[in-house]
Amino acid sequence: MRETMPIHTWQVLRDRIVQFLIYASVLLISAVFIWILADLVRGGFAHLSWEFLTESPRDAGRAGGIASILVSTLLILLVAVLTAVPIAWTTAILLAEFVAVDSAFGKAVRFSLHVLAGVPSIVFGLFGNAFFSVYLGLGFSILSGGLTLACMLLPILASTAEAGLRTVPNAYRMSASALGLTRTAALVHLILPAAAPVLAAGLLLGIGRALAETAALLFTSGYVDRMPDSLLDSGRALALHIFDLSMNVPGGDMPAYASALVLVSLLLCINILAMKFAHGLQRRKIMT
Amino acid sequence: MNSSQCTDKLDTFTLGPLEAGPACCDPQPAIQVRNLSLLYDGKAALDKVTLDIYQGCITALIGPSGCGKTSFLSAINRLTDLIPGCNVTGKILVHDQDIHHPDTHAQTLRRQVGMVFQKPTPFPLSIRRNLSLPLNEHGITQKTEVASITEHVLRDVGLWDEVHDRLDASALSLSGGQQQRLCIARALALKPQILLMDEPCSALDPLASGIVEDLICRLRGRYTIVIVTHNLAQARRIANYAAFFWVSGRAGQLIEFGRCQHIFESPSHELTAAYINGVRG
Ligand SMILES: Nc1ncnc2c1ncn2[C@@H]1O[C@H](COP(=O)(O)OP(=O)(O)OP(=O)(O)O)[C@@H](O)[C@H]1O
Ligand SMILES: [Mg+2]
Repeated sequence: MRETMPIHTWQVLRDRIVQFLIYASVLLISAVFIWILADLVRGGFAHLSWEFLTESPRDAGRAGGIASILVSTLLILLVAVLTAVPIAWTTAILLAEFVAVDSAFGKAVRFSLHVLAGVPSIVFGLFGNAFFSVYLGLGFSILSGGLTLACMLLPILASTAEAGLRTVPNAYRMSASALGLTRTAALVHLILPAAAPVLAAGLLLGIGRALAETAALLFTSGYVDRMPDSLLDSGRALALHIFDLSMNVPGGDMPAYASALVLVSLLLCINILAMKFAHGLQRRKIMT
Repeated sequence: MNSSQCTDKLDTFTLGPLEAGPACCDPQPAIQVRNLSLLYDGKAALDKVTLDIYQGCITALIGPSGCGKTSFLSAINRLTDLIPGCNVTGKILVHDQDIHHPDTHAQTLRRQVGMVFQKPTPFPLSIRRNLSLPLNEHGITQKTEVASITEHVLRDVGLWDEVHDRLDASALSLSGGQQQRLCIARALALKPQILLMDEPCSALDPLASGIVEDLICRLRGRYTIVIVTHNLAQARRIANYAAFFWVSGRAGQLIEFGRCQHIFESPSHELTAAYINGVRG
């Protein structure tokens, strides 16, 4: 009989080193995030107040607040998400559930989604301007900005949703089918709930991208900082506001910092909410 | 456990069970398989299988791993449709209806032909919902009815005492054996006329296995059952008919089919004899 080999010290050492590297990189990422947050808080917290959130900007944003900017941002986001989500998710369902992975149609759609995902946002801005603002005559408006963002969100939402649907074990589809469930029933009761966390994560990613977008909105929703009356009014998005304040407005640093702090806090809130929501949805499905 | 009772019954029938099916010695075929060949990505997994499965009887499929038993079962309820690259040729009649006929709806077929998988496949839902979801989809929506069916089938598979106080817990929190019994219960709840069982007892302890065996015996006559098992003693105890599959070349083939007694006591093919006696060839 052979003796059991003892673990070499260098093997132990290697384990230690790998562990150290993993922890170090995690620490590094967290450090970058905390640094940015700390910088924003340091620069912008003093400027932050209730008035800052409830007043409209005056003097090109040097004074006043960001109320109208927030409203415009929200409206643009709403238009974008409400348009993109149904289209993107049905595309994902089609690709993942009804089309064979290696079919020409599936490949073509997936390829075009990949290309779309790689297109720089300024190109979306130019397209949005040409198509929505000029050709469809929507002008510089929240609507054309939102629709342009929707085009940008489509590939992100569709790809993440497809990936999410593909992580659902095939055994669920098989056994649902063997039990005589229709495809729709399996989709609604089993597959979508199982994929919900990933769908939510994708949506979050999309909202994050949309919230931080400037280039695509520059030529579509415009940069009028008044409170919008309707979706056909021009409206300035928060990220665009920050860009404008820091680049074009001398003495706009403080409000720029404060606005950035608001933007990052919003992103944080959306993240936390979406996580909680996805988690809750999954639990509810299991409980009932 | 009354599996010994089962064995007694087995000794008394000649062709088909006495307490079930037609009284005469000429059982009716429920499934007729003719020249069934099955290819995965062009590679044959089953080659020209021809076989009748009799109404109300238990038919055991035996044979070594990889000889195409699971593939054979999935061809019967057309679950092979869901496997990309899987190609089925030949004819299968279920209750005299061609399952590949354009008028035969796959979902209608699968409601007649239930299936229990080799690996337990509970849905990530509560235990209760695992049973009520298919029932609801089959049009049984009345709460009291669903509840009574739930209790009935869970008692049938010997799971009721273990789970009755936690029906709302996730089915994934059950042990492997409990999950498998839940899946058997789920298939039974829909009352299919034909039940395909792919090694239903392989994950079960002897006690649970005994319960399921008794259950299968009780279903004899009311259901047509095709069961895959590697447990030859079990096949011998419960089956009326046995089919022996073997891989020759690369494709699985049906070597011998006949009454269980015949296959186990006087097999006509030497491969069957060798397999049953545990001889490695
Ligand atoms: N989805 C699939 N794609 C490709 N080949 C497959 C697939 N499923 C099964 N096969 C092949 O078909 C053959 C028969 O497989 P099958 O699962 O029917 O065997 P089995 O008799 O059920 O074996 P076991 O007793 O181990 O369950 C095997 O050689 C297997 O590799
Ligand atoms: Mg198998």
